[in-house]
Parts: sequence; C-alpha cells; structure tokens
Amino acid sequence: MKSNRLNTLTNGIVKSNPTFRLVLGTCPTLAVTTQAINGLAMGAAVTFVLLCSNVMISLLKKVIPNRVRIPAYVVIIATFVTVVQMVMQKFLPSLYDALGVFLPLIVVNCIILARAEAFASCNPVLDSALDGIGMGVGFTLSLTLIGIVREVLGAGSFFGLPIGSLGSISMTVFILPAGGFLVYGTLMAVVNYLMRLSEERKAAKLHAMPHEEEGEV
Amino acid sequence: MSKYIVSSSPHIANQRTVANIMLEVLIALAPAVIASVVFYGFYALFLCVLSVGAAVGTEALYNLVMKREQTVKDCSAIVTGLLVAMNVPVSVPFYVPVIGSAFAIFFVKMLFGGIGKNFANPAITARIFLLLAWASFMTNFVPPIIWSKGEAFKYFACTFKGSAGLGDVAAMTTATPLASLRLGAEKVGELDVLSMFLGNIGGSLGETSALALLIGGVYLIIRRIIDWRVPTVYLATVTLFALIYGAAKGSVGTYILPSLFGGGLMLGAFFMATDYATSPNTKIGLIVYAFGLGIITSLIRFFGNYPEGVSFAILLMNIVTPFIDKFILPRPFGYLPPDKGGAK
Repeated sequence: MKSNRLNTLTNGIVKSNPTFRLVLGTCPTLAVTTQAINGLAMGAAVTFVLLCSNVMISLLKKVIPNRVRIPAYVVIIATFVTVVQMVMQKFLPSLYDALGVFLPLIVVNCIILARAEAFASCNPVLDSALDGIGMGVGFTLSLTLIGIVREVLGAGSFFGLPIGSLGSISMTVFILPAGGFLVYGTLMAVVNYLMRLSEERKAAKLHAMPHEEEGEV
Repeated sequence: MSKYIVSSSPHIANQRTVANIMLEVLIALAPAVIASVVFYGFYALFLCVLSVGAAVGTEALYNLVMKREQTVKDCSAIVTGLLVAMNVPVSVPFYVPVIGSAFAIFFVKMLFGGIGKNFANPAITARIFLLLAWASFMTNFVPPIIWSKGEAFKYFACTFKGSAGLGDVAAMTTATPLASLRLGAEKVGELDVLSMFLGNIGGSLGETSALALLIGGVYLIIRRIIDWRVPTVYLATVTLFALIYGAAKGSVGTYILPSLFGGGLMLGAFFMATDYATSPNTKIGLIVYAFGLGIITSLIRFFGNYPEGVSFAILLMNIVTPFIDKFILPRPFGYLPPDKGGAK
C-alpha cells in the first residue's frame, strides 16, 4: 500500500509527466515559458490549484451529482485560481503581469480538470492530494526546463542572470512562439527517447532474470 | 539459361542519380558563388565553406548517432549548406550560417526522415529561422568591396561580431532596394537597376547578382533538372503584380525591374521553390504553386511589414503543396473521361 502511494506521487513527475507524456496544458506551456522564472511561477500556481482542487473534489465526490460534475469542478477550481491570482497580484506584481491572462486561464487548464475527472473523483483524499502534488511538480519541472532552455538560448540569461556575453549572440527566435514549439517538441522527443530506453532496459533485465545463475553479464 | 528478373515499372534506366542532380545544381550555383566573391571578397567564400561543412557534418553526425545508413554521399547536404550561405548577408558572424545549416539539416530534413521527406525547403526554413533569431545580422547589408583598394579580405572583420567589427556601422549599412518599394515611385525610380541586375549592391551573398542566378537557373532548365514552369510563372506573376501596382500608383513601369532583380526572388524562384519534395507533382499543380508564390511574395513586399516576401511565400506554398497535389490529380496514361467514350 505504501509503495502504491509513492507511485501515485511520482507518477506525475516522470512516467505520466503532464507536459511531456500526457501532453496536457500545452497552451500555458508554450505561452509563458519565455523565461525560466515564469515557468516556475506558472508551475507553482498550477500545483497549488491542483492540490487544493484535487483534495476538495475528492472530499465532495459523493455530494456532487454526476450530471453537473464538470460545472461543479470548475467552480471549485475557479475558487482556488482566484486565491492564487489575488495573492500573486499582491505579493508578486511583476510575475502577475508577466503571466497575464494565463493565470486566470488556469481555471480551464486541462491538467487540473483531467486529474479531477480521472483521479480525484474516484480516489480517496490522501491519494488525490499526492496525485495533485506529483502532477503539479511534474508540470513545474517541465515548464521550468523549457523556460531555462528558451531563456538561455533566446536571451542569454539564466533565471534573469546574464551568462557572460551570451546575451549579445542570443537567438531571439527562441523567445518567439516558433522557438517555443521547437524547444517543446525537441524536449518531448528527448524525454520520450529516454523513457523508451529505460523501459527497454527494464524489459531486458526482466528477461535476463532467469538466466542469472548461468552467469550472464 | 538466363535468369529473368521481374520487377514493376519504371523500366528505363538512366544516369540521373540524386548525387548527379545535386552536382548539376552545384554547377548552376557556381556563377552565384563566384559573383559573391567578386562583390564581397573572400569572406563570402569562407562563409560558403563553413556553411557546407556544417550541413554535411550535421547529416553525417545524425546518421552516425541514430545508426542510419550514411547519406552524405548524395551531395544534397552540400546544396542545402551552400543555399543557406547564399541566403545570409556577408556581414554576418561566422556562426550564423553554421547554425542555419545545422538547423536546416537537423530539424527540417533529418528529423522528418531525410532527403525527399522534408516538409519545406530546408534552406528557406533556415533563412526564416536565422531572420527570427538574429534579425539585426540578417537585415544588415553592407556595400560591395572595391578590389582596387585592396579590400578582398575586408569583411573578415565581421567574423566574430558581425558588422560591428567593421567600426562605423551607420556609415556602412546600405539601404535595401526592397525597402524603397514601399516608399513610392520616386524612390523606386532612383534605384540603380543595372547594379541590381549585375549584383553591385548590398544584399545576401547569393541573391546579389540576378545575372549570375539567371545563368544558373537557365542551365538547370536546359539540363531539365528543374521544371521551367515554376520560375517562369513565379517571375511572371511578380511582374504582373508590379505592373498593376505601378498602374494603380500612377507610374506603370517603375516597379517591375526592381521587383524582379531585388531581394531573394531569383534565388528563390530557381533554386529553392523548385525543390522536388516540396513542390506539386503535376504540371498544372506547379503552375498553381508558382502563381501562389508570386502573389504572396508581392503582397508581402508591397503591403507587409516583414522584408521577407520570398521566404515566407516559399514556406507557405511548401506547406500548401500536399493540398495542391490532393486536388490536382495526374491523369493516368490513356485515361479518357467517361462522357467522352472512356471507360466507366
């Protein structure tokens, strides 16, 4: 049971990474990752909303009538998004401006609705919370990674700190939408390639198990 | 007893291999390369060599890493590399064509499956990528060198910093003929059309001399490497559009020659729009394709904000090509429509 919970938590980080494996929430992924810090902030906001909404929906799953569950989910999600939005506007105004319309759009972010529908609505509270954290962390890591690549290549800086004289030869295209798609696609290919490699290795290990006594390398 | 091998058509064997065709294209590009050295000095040649090296290296490395069959021998990477170099101004730092070529080969060609499977012409995509990546380098045109003043190696000063390495930048940069197309008939009338035709003006390496490109293009048409329809219809459409635009502006002929000889039109029409993989399969399809190129190029040039009429036109029409092929089907040999007594 314990390892099961751990699986629920780590599932979203690598194996079912919402960005690279499930390809959910691509709109904010492409739009806000022009800088690493934006990706991190967006990820943190989504993680918070995901955690809270998963818990809330899991708690209310027996109360919410099946026919109106989507509107009910959206109301719950929107409540938490409003909280995030107000907190950010007050304490991180520059990030609030940078994320712009994509902050309120978390309401319709498909990761959150997908986890609500696919996981929280049919799992206990603790598991839903773990799933929310895992998915949120996975999303945050992916967005930050995309943000770092785009910022380093496109602006020659890392979390806003200029790297040497890289800024003078940086390629603006990576900050433009075209570069977003390019980096996203390339990273997705790399992640999927690595996943396949590790699965093959696992399969090979499983396959090699019975022969171990025979001294196979 | 001889052994018969039964295979499907085509049964005609000829010497025209991919490598052969690519070598012909290289021969056709030779005048443009020579022109670029004549007008911009040896730094132009240096950029060409770097660019070709990067293209071939990228393809070889990709095949090596991905354990694919080595395909560099078909010479298509050389052509792509050279075309990328032809598309950059002489004042760019050395890494601009290198990264452009690597981008063209890796992202546009190899990731889509190698030669013949690219969704758009790699060189034109690389040009747009470079324009978006380094807009200042890619739109900064310097005047031709003067050989008698010993300026053959002058632009090597740009190797690391671009035109900033030349010192006084403002004095060096020349206005582009295309920019003046939008400024009205008076400005266009001042253009030195003969210089534009010969190439004695600022511009990208390969597109500076319309004459050299014409020689190469006509060679390709005569050798039947490219279909005459694409460049002819493309140039004709641009001419017609310039004529109508000129008439609307009250000076009928003014815009035609600058439109034809300016910018990347010749290079695009002969060398990049004619890519087999990204142009339609049928003759009518090619005409539709070339007409679309002409219209989009002219619209962007006269009314758009970006200076890249030809590049965007070719990229857009490359993407439209599968749809042209879907709607304009080749007529099977011997086929007659049902109402004219053909098979039902």
